[in-house]
Amino acid sequence: MPELNLTSAPAHLRHGSSIGQPLTRRDGVLKVKGQATYAADNHPPGMLFAVMAVSSIAHGRVTSLDVAAAKRHPGVIEIMTPDHKPQLAIDPEIKTNPFVFRMEVLQSNEVRYANQPIAVVIAETLEAATEGAALLAPRYEMLPALVGLDAGESFVPPVVGVGNPTENHRGDIEAGLAAADKRIEAVYETPPQYHNAMEPHAIVAHWDGDNLSVDMPTQGLMLSLGRIAELFGIAPDKIHIRSPFLGGGFGSKGLMAGPPVLGLMAAKLVGRPVKLVLRREQMYGPVGHRAPTRQRLRIGADGEGRLTALDHHARTVSSTFDDFYEPAADASHTLYAAPAIRTSHDAVRVNTGTPLFMRAPGEATGSIALESAIDEMAWACGIDPLAFRLKNYAEVEPITGKPFSSKALRACYDQGAARFGWSRRPLQPRQMRDDAGFLVGWGMGTATFPALMFQAEARAAIRRDGTGAMEIGAHDMGQGAWTALAQIAADAVGLDIDRVTFKAGTSDLPDAGIAGGSAHTATAGAAIHSAGAAVIAKLADLATHDERSPLFGAGNAGVIARDGRLIRRDDESRSESYTEILARAGVAEVEARGTGAPNPTAMEEYAMHAHGAVFAEVKVDPELGQVRVTRMVGAFAAGRIVNPHLVKSQLFGGMIWGMSFALHEEAITDRRSGRIMNANLGEYHIPVNADVPPLDVVTVEEHDPHVNALGIKGVGEIGITGSAGAVANAVWHATGVRVRRFPIRIEELLT
Amino acid sequence: MKQFDYVRPATVAEAVAAAAQPGATYLAAGTNLLDLMKGGVSRPDRLVDVTHLEGLDRIERLADGSLRIGALVSNADLAHDAGFAKSYPAVAEALLSGASAQLRNAATVGGNLLQRTRCAYFYDTASRCNKREAGSGCDARDGENRTHAVLGWSKSCIATNPSDFCVPLVALDAIVEIEGKSGRREITLDELHRLPGNTPERESALEPCDLIVAVRLPPAARGFAAHARYLKVRERTSYAFAIVSAAAALRIENGKIAEARLALGGVAAKPWRARAAEDVLKGVAPTADAFREAAWRALTDAKPSGDNAYKIELARRIVVRALTLAAAGTPARIPALPASPFASTSGAIHA
Ligand SMILES: Cc1cc2nc3c(=O)[nH]c(=O)nc-3n(C[C@H](O)[C@H](O)[C@H](O)COP(=O)(O)OP(=O)(O)OC[C@H]3O[C@@H](n4cnc5c(N)ncnc54)[C@H](O)[C@@H]3O)c2cc1C
Ligand code: SF4
Repeated sequence: MPELNLTSAPAHLRHGSSIGQPLTRRDGVLKVKGQATYAADNHPPGMLFAVMAVSSIAHGRVTSLDVAAAKRHPGVIEIMTPDHKPQLAIDPEIKTNPFVFRMEVLQSNEVRYANQPIAVVIAETLEAATEGAALLAPRYEMLPALVGLDAGESFVPPVVGVGNPTENHRGDIEAGLAAADKRIEAVYETPPQYHNAMEPHAIVAHWDGDNLSVDMPTQGLMLSLGRIAELFGIAPDKIHIRSPFLGGGFGSKGLMAGPPVLGLMAAKLVGRPVKLVLRREQMYGPVGHRAPTRQRLRIGADGEGRLTALDHHARTVSSTFDDFYEPAADASHTLYAAPAIRTSHDAVRVNTGTPLFMRAPGEATGSIALESAIDEMAWACGIDPLAFRLKNYAEVEPITGKPFSSKALRACYDQGAARFGWSRRPLQPRQMRDDAGFLVGWGMGTATFPALMFQAEARAAIRRDGTGAMEIGAHDMGQGAWTALAQIAADAVGLDIDRVTFKAGTSDLPDAGIAGGSAHTATAGAAIHSAGAAVIAKLADLATHDERSPLFGAGNAGVIARDGRLIRRDDESRSESYTEILARAGVAEVEARGTGAPNPTAMEEYAMHAHGAVFAEVKVDPELGQVRVTRMVGAFAAGRIVNPHLVKSQLFGGMIWGMSFALHEEAITDRRSGRIMNANLGEYHIPVNADVPPLDVVTVEEHDPHVNALGIKGVGEIGITGSAGAVANAVWHATGVRVRRFPIRIEELLT
Repeated sequence: MKQFDYVRPATVAEAVAAAAQPGATYLAAGTNLLDLMKGGVSRPDRLVDVTHLEGLDRIERLADGSLRIGALVSNADLAHDAGFAKSYPAVAEALLSGASAQLRNAATVGGNLLQRTRCAYFYDTASRCNKREAGSGCDARDGENRTHAVLGWSKSCIATNPSDFCVPLVALDAIVEIEGKSGRREITLDELHRLPGNTPERESALEPCDLIVAVRLPPAARGFAAHARYLKVRERTSYAFAIVSAAAALRIENGKIAEARLALGGVAAKPWRARAAEDVLKGVAPTADAFREAAWRALTDAKPSGDNAYKIELARRIVVRALTLAAAGTPARIPALPASPFASTSGAIHA
């Protein structure tokens, strides 16, 4: 791959303080000019096009495919079917590790959900492959489809999310409810939702003997590499994956799913490079989604409005063949100081592709239910929703009793409420109207997301010409990793950002872990930080041990790396440039590696979460029921802010997604066939620009010495939480109608 | 994609001749047709591209005071034609409330008139659909149908016509000029779309080869310019089809309604002219009571076709609101959020 020509020459020179600067994204110019190559932009010579044929039934068996008709179509080269395909080295159904996503790669004729791949047509052109797929005219033996939250017997899954216990409790719920002055019980429903990243899943695969070159968007280069290696029985070092840019992932590009594997198989079958890109509707099935939930909350409060019990149960679904359970009820673990908390889950199996983590998995679904229920309880107690939340402010993590590593939520409430003007909110609903007669409502929600860390490694180098390099197989999903991680890298090696070559996005670089769990900047950043420290230490060794250096003997005092020089800590007049040190030592460069990882001791000791408070204003047409969000303010405390500009964008995106959750998003599933009836961006509604109000984001100062060396908590997902509930609560406050099924529809407001 | 012939005639006569072959379809901007082809819903053998036909891209004022809009005028050009928007404000507002700016730039007048229903079962080729495949059944009837028809539907089909443009057009007695095998003829827009009955596959009064060449607004249509609005309730502020919409146009003389025009969108397989409601408004003062009475009249025959009973009440309220807005007077400029209930919201950014 050609070197990425990232914009350097930042507006101001930064000496040792790239972190904290609001740089615009360094890959922005490339993207605006269309020069950023996404996977599907690659066209190796001799490349063919592969198109998947997908099932139109949700359950049954493919009984015939008209392979002959497809083959006759001009331009069609090969048809890959269960009877005609390269063999894999292992059964794709085997879970070799917990991060294996079961996939359909033509291992049988069985159909387990609608839009499941059932064959692949490979042709000279995309058009020929597309028509070839249509000509296959599959016939099926159909079985009844399991659809919806009541599709069958429910069961208690062994774990929810990624290894979370299905049930948690602290204190005695029934006693807490019995002792309560006020009790509410409410059931909320959230629909299936699909990630719908702008860039569809795509792969360009090229086998050269046993060597495999892959262009593919992935949120986990090393996970993908490992999975490809085991599926095809080849050594990981024979595989090279390039994933410099993702057009969004939101979790759906985290685990290796079936379609890219089919692309690899197709390339193997024909012995030529192959490109396979999913059509929009094909993304509604094999690449994960957010499962629907039905959540029951039972809450008790005493006469003063203090919670006595919080019981949160979530029903969800998984596929008939794999396990992923949306951990919705877990949202109740961290926010409110109820002496008795219980969270539990059960599930039914349905004929759907396996659900997967989707931006704030569990937190998003759980948050809208919890924040709605808290709002209902505040109203039942006759207390302002913010005052109610403050009364029940958790000083320690309620479910574990652990102290927080840091928690500036009170400041978020204060600053957000002040910005919004919350104190003028009437307690009663349906009290406010604007000049035009629209109902006006104000709602709020608390945001929270765990501060996670995964494992990562980075390699740093300092060169004799005074430049540096930082290498890490990190992922830019559009969130700005090319920029934020380069800022951390610049500070880590004590150079201006334009003097550091930052390499990321390919599988031959050190493992950056996955870009997920809002932990990528924290994890990759920690590795970069420690690699930088290690390389500076090596450089310092060269200088402090060399009597010709002005830094000779500074070993104990130590040196500071700044602006390409090492400076004696206790005497700034004594310093030497990197160039001088390396030239004298006669070495071209020094290099070192560093790692980022969770700190088990700190995790044992502390609960680690980012927090926030979101305030929303909606207007509702009193007769016609149409809702418009007119204002949103979010105040978030998420540790150190590496790049305020990018962080704001992440939080804006999250808040818009939250409003989308409350008002727009839903995959409409035909209850008989299990097919999704709006599998396109015209009818799967997300907010358009005209729906998005002025958004105001405040980042609240927060220093966290425990989460990681840089004190970063991550902002990728938290924006959705709190926001969805804030909008829903504002709709109630505007209308007096409590809608508990999301998204809120016009007909529910036609009172 | 299925292979097909593509021809690009230069004249109307050549186009009609080129379309005579079975399996031929006219292609305008393709914003609807190409989606249908990609989804396998339409599989034409020949596309007759009409976008290069001479003389169909003009907006002309005729001597008798009517306006003739060529079939190839884009939705955006028509809506942004200042003279047009001034004379037929509800039509311009309806156009600007449809689809997105990009689609409106491409979409043509003729194509908008003949766009197909958005019934999801029609688009899903694995579903049974009488419109797509005559006699196969209708999976919408017991399916996801909260946005389907409440007027004029039949057991065979409960789909709606999705066009916004057609709603004020039918209210204003628009006329469609057609060139066919046996020459030129004209019909009213009201006659263009058919109700499903037992033959939902026959959507319009057009015969094979019939080409829409223009839409004409009769001289009387200008008479409503001072009191004409389009109102569209939808699930987001832009880029969504109407759940229910209404075009209301009034001629008010001496404080009384001299003449009223009212049509509903999103409720039936055709833009729904509510003549009975117009009748009750004739000669009365524009009051809330009169508008409520009109709304009841407009929906007398409505019945739910599925999970959509709410649309009937919503339609009544929309009628009342649209008439109220029309009576209040056409705004000097088309609102930044055209046809939205929130059109009056200040500071809104253009949809
Ligand atoms: C995502 C999306 C959202 C949309 N939202 C809205 C909306 O909110 N409101 C709304 O009103 N519309 C909406 N539309 C529909 C849009 O208005 C139509 O697609 C467009 O008007 C069709 O015009 P066209 O020129 O592209 O027609 P084409 O797609 O080229 O043709 C449509 C049909 O008309 C026939 N045809 C075209 N021209 C002629 C002619 N002169 N004579 C005879 N037959 C002809 C074609 O054969 C074809 O059957 C939306 C479309 C999309 C894709
Ligand atoms: S309502 Fe009409 S268009 Fe929809 S499935 Fe039924 S027959 Fe087809």
